[in-house]
Amino acid sequence: MLEFCDVSFQYEVEDFDIIDRLSFHIAPGEFVSLIGPSGCGKSTVFRLVNQLLPRKGGDIKVGGQSIDGRRGYCGYMPQRDLLFPWRTVADNLRLPMEIQGGVAGEEMETRVRQTLEVVGLGGWGDKKPSELSGGMRQRAAFARTLLTGSDLLLLDEPFSALDFLTRIAMQEWLLQQWQNDHKTVLFITHDVEEAIFLSGRVLVVERTPIRALHSFAVPAAYPRTRECLTRPDMLALREQLISLLRREVGA
Amino acid sequence: MIRKNANLPALVLTFILLVIWQAGAMGVNAAYILPTPVQVLVRLWELREPLFTAHLPATLLCTGIGLAISVVLGVGLAILMDASPVAEKTLYPLIVASQTIPTTALAPLFVLWFGYTIWSKVLVTVLITFFPITITVFDGFRSVKTDMIDLLRTFGADNKQIFCKLKLPASLPYFFSAIKMAIPLSIIGAAIGEWLGAQAGLGYFSRRMMTQLDGAGVFAPIVLLSAVAMLAVALVSWVEKKCITWRGDL
Repeated sequence: MLEFCDVSFQYEVEDFDIIDRLSFHIAPGEFVSLIGPSGCGKSTVFRLVNQLLPRKGGDIKVGGQSIDGRRGYCGYMPQRDLLFPWRTVADNLRLPMEIQGGVAGEEMETRVRQTLEVVGLGGWGDKKPSELSGGMRQRAAFARTLLTGSDLLLLDEPFSALDFLTRIAMQEWLLQQWQNDHKTVLFITHDVEEAIFLSGRVLVVERTPIRALHSFAVPAAYPRTRECLTRPDMLALREQLISLLRREVGA
Repeated sequence: MIRKNANLPALVLTFILLVIWQAGAMGVNAAYILPTPVQVLVRLWELREPLFTAHLPATLLCTGIGLAISVVLGVGLAILMDASPVAEKTLYPLIVASQTIPTTALAPLFVLWFGYTIWSKVLVTVLITFFPITITVFDGFRSVKTDMIDLLRTFGADNKQIFCKLKLPASLPYFFSAIKMAIPLSIIGAAIGEWLGAQAGLGYFSRRMMTQLDGAGVFAPIVLLSAVAMLAVALVSWVEKKCITWRGDL
């Protein structure tokens, strides 16, 4: 679904490639987390996929085709919900369709209503974002991401600003969503537990510049509950990942 | 109740100042140079016929045309500078530098160019008014968060869509601030223009009263001008409150 082939990228202000001939592959329908300490270049990977940054070399393929010149091939959900405060929740959800064009007004209406139901915000469409709680706003932002119509979702620490209880509720909710529609998800987080709970595979940024991602399969089947986090093999993986990240922070 | 209380200190101070003015003017006892507030109000009432039927409409027309041109020009320049970095680099310094020119000192020239027509007054109004509109609206475009622009880019938005769907609505509060700043300025501009050469208007009327040593008559149109400005700003604030319920949520 998503394929990096020898991708390089350099920030103008730096004299080295922060991403140096990186290759990795994510299969369709996978839920993969990307973890690493702050500032390691995780978000740079995302910004290369959605073309907010131009890569220096290599190729990125989504669905087998290079992303060059394409648009609307991935749905991006940023850390902050970025709902436009002057639009109602429903109008915020229409935004990707308005921009991509080609969807009739009535059809948009229907899709928005259905998606609001899916994310559990049925009846909230006419409200302003400021009337929603933090968790509801993230769900609305997720619904907006779904309405880009893409099968590849890039979620950039979407729950990091939420309080603990809302965060674990949102994690369970997200897993439910993913099990229903099986989109391909690449999820950035710095929370190891979150990564293990959600994903089938965890990619670790071991050092900057990023030359390779270390892949760890999570030894638990879906559907999952939080209890699985207390299993010995899951705990072992957690400790292994934490020590890996700490080594890098210490280095 | 709370709103009344919020305005109370200002009202009390205004009242105290008026009382001091009244007492001082009564002490000086020279109404031709320092009339009392009561005398000004009485004169305003006596002169209501020419003030409200002839001179107020003349000034409002001049203000209205000047403000409209300033809004179009100011917003247009702001859009141009936002769209093109070259335009920004070329225009921005010029616009800022243009404000160091003492427009009021140049105004007599405009009378020479355009005579006693409305256009000499409109030009003064525009020259004073367009600057704060341009700069404030341009700041509004600049204040738009880059992560919101990035989000729209990931949806595949082009510059025009980013402008229409994001920058325009996001800078609306700035636009209203600009208008509220521009209204008093445009009235001042019109009055200055009329002072220098006109056949009607509150500025002109005030000056005529000056030549007749009618102190209260000088003040009366000025009080009227201030009242009109305050009323207009209040009206815009009201519209703003209706339009923008999200200020501070961004």
